[in-house]
Amino acid sequence: MSLRNRVAVIGVGTTAAGTMPGNDAYDLGLIAFQRAMADCGIKRTQIDGLIVNRIPDYQRFAEIAGMDPRFALVTPGQGRMSGNSIEIACAAIEAGLAHTIALVYGNNGKSAGDQYGGEGDRYGGGGVGPWFPYGMTSPGAAHAVMFQRHMHLYGTTSRQLAAVSVAFRKHALLNPDAVMKKPITIEDHQNSRFIAEPLHLFDYCLINDGSVALIVTSAERAKDFPKPPVYVRGFGVSTKLKGSSLPPDDFWHAPMQQVAKQTYDMAGVTHDDLDGLMIYDNFSPTVLFTLEGFGFCKQGESGDFVQNGRLELGGELPSNTDGGHLSNSYMQGWALNAEAVRQLRGECGARQIKDAKLIQYMCAAPLVTSIIYGTDPT
Amino acid sequence: MSTSATYTKPLPRIDERNKPHWDGNAAGEVRVQACDDCSMLRFPASRWCPHCLSEKTSWTKVSGKGQVWSWCVFHRAYFKGFEPDLPYPVVLVELDEGPRIYSNLVGMPRDKIRIGMRVRAVFEKATDEVTLLKFEEDK
Repeated sequence: MSLRNRVAVIGVGTTAAGTMPGNDAYDLGLIAFQRAMADCGIKRTQIDGLIVNRIPDYQRFAEIAGMDPRFALVTPGQGRMSGNSIEIACAAIEAGLAHTIALVYGNNGKSAGDQYGGEGDRYGGGGVGPWFPYGMTSPGAAHAVMFQRHMHLYGTTSRQLAAVSVAFRKHALLNPDAVMKKPITIEDHQNSRFIAEPLHLFDYCLINDGSVALIVTSAERAKDFPKPPVYVRGFGVSTKLKGSSLPPDDFWHAPMQQVAKQTYDMAGVTHDDLDGLMIYDNFSPTVLFTLEGFGFCKQGESGDFVQNGRLELGGELPSNTDGGHLSNSYMQGWALNAEAVRQLRGECGARQIKDAKLIQYMCAAPLVTSIIYGTDPT
Repeated sequence: MSTSATYTKPLPRIDERNKPHWDGNAAGEVRVQACDDCSMLRFPASRWCPHCLSEKTSWTKVSGKGQVWSWCVFHRAYFKGFEPDLPYPVVLVELDEGPRIYSNLVGMPRDKIRIGMRVRAVFEKATDEVTLLKFEEDK
């Protein structure tokens, strides 16, 4: 049984990212949730499922939101869990656990002073702790180690990588809600300070406060809401968790290949059918690994592949049109999924992909997910 | 070397499970866990063998030789104690016996570090209680 087009996104709500002191993750989540409800004209009583992410607890959130959903769940505050949460919502709807689910993400990381390195580094459930005495810490450094290896194996260069940061910055300038407001060049990228060399500052995502909410329902019910439904046309999930306190040998190529097959098979589409991509960009090398893992280019060829504006609006594969994590904000995949929906609704103004009908979200991590969204219900 | 009171870098949390590794460092040998049932080597220490789920384990001495699998250079101090060392490299060493270990290279300018470079273990006393496992080029 295929889940193709069985579930659709009917409502989207986001806040601009930035510094929002005085709001905890619950508050921020509630703001986006109210906006998502207003976006589709739904009442709370019509929502019978709730998944919260990064918001610490579903019970407290539902209490604040004044809801008694039948189905309630909290997923860990890791970016890879955005895609996973949406997939779980699809499965829950199909299984009859709920008919309409609100997915609510709230992140007060900037105001809370969140750090992803140092004593508080809990990557992989704390599996990285044994390396602290040698000064090793942070997901950014782990990705630097991976990129160093990619450079060694395939001759990829930091200058090639810069094309990713430059492309997403161009997109951010077209997104009024994005944090970054100034253009950058390849030279700016190369001259930006190193954090964990070979990665520069502009290879890193931006930690901010913000929130995103999506409301999903069955395809049948989706027709009753004012905006055109955006269908979940295909999705997939796989993992590489063994030994995952250390970088994977293959840049997660094997699990991505599995997810690609699941996702394209369910959606019944190929790379050539896609109008745009939303690529999880916690660090810019992840974009390269993703393009290889999902088969857009061969292993080792991503450095070349992203040149000449291929990922830019007007290019062959416009990607992260909201600016992505690198230049909009690190909303842990959620804002990318919201952007996919808005692109398919034609709501993106200056950054609109013309006639967008199919957009793919992908996240390369120890838990890999992908979702293809489409406008066609058949 | 300094005492624990004046040493400013992060120190390992030594417990009953991982102590044999740190005792090995102090004794000048690299010790990793070996599963008594399936022989798989592993590090850092864990209660169960992730390969066969056996709880029977011994600590075994390995050669301490390996190669640089990859590396990076920290330009930001996430730990205050590393601030004076900036920029400092961290290497991921693949031991010849298989396990991979994050560590530091001794006596090696960072522009000379290469993936695939042969390295061998050296032991650096950090405090009276802790000896770190580092590596140097194995020419």
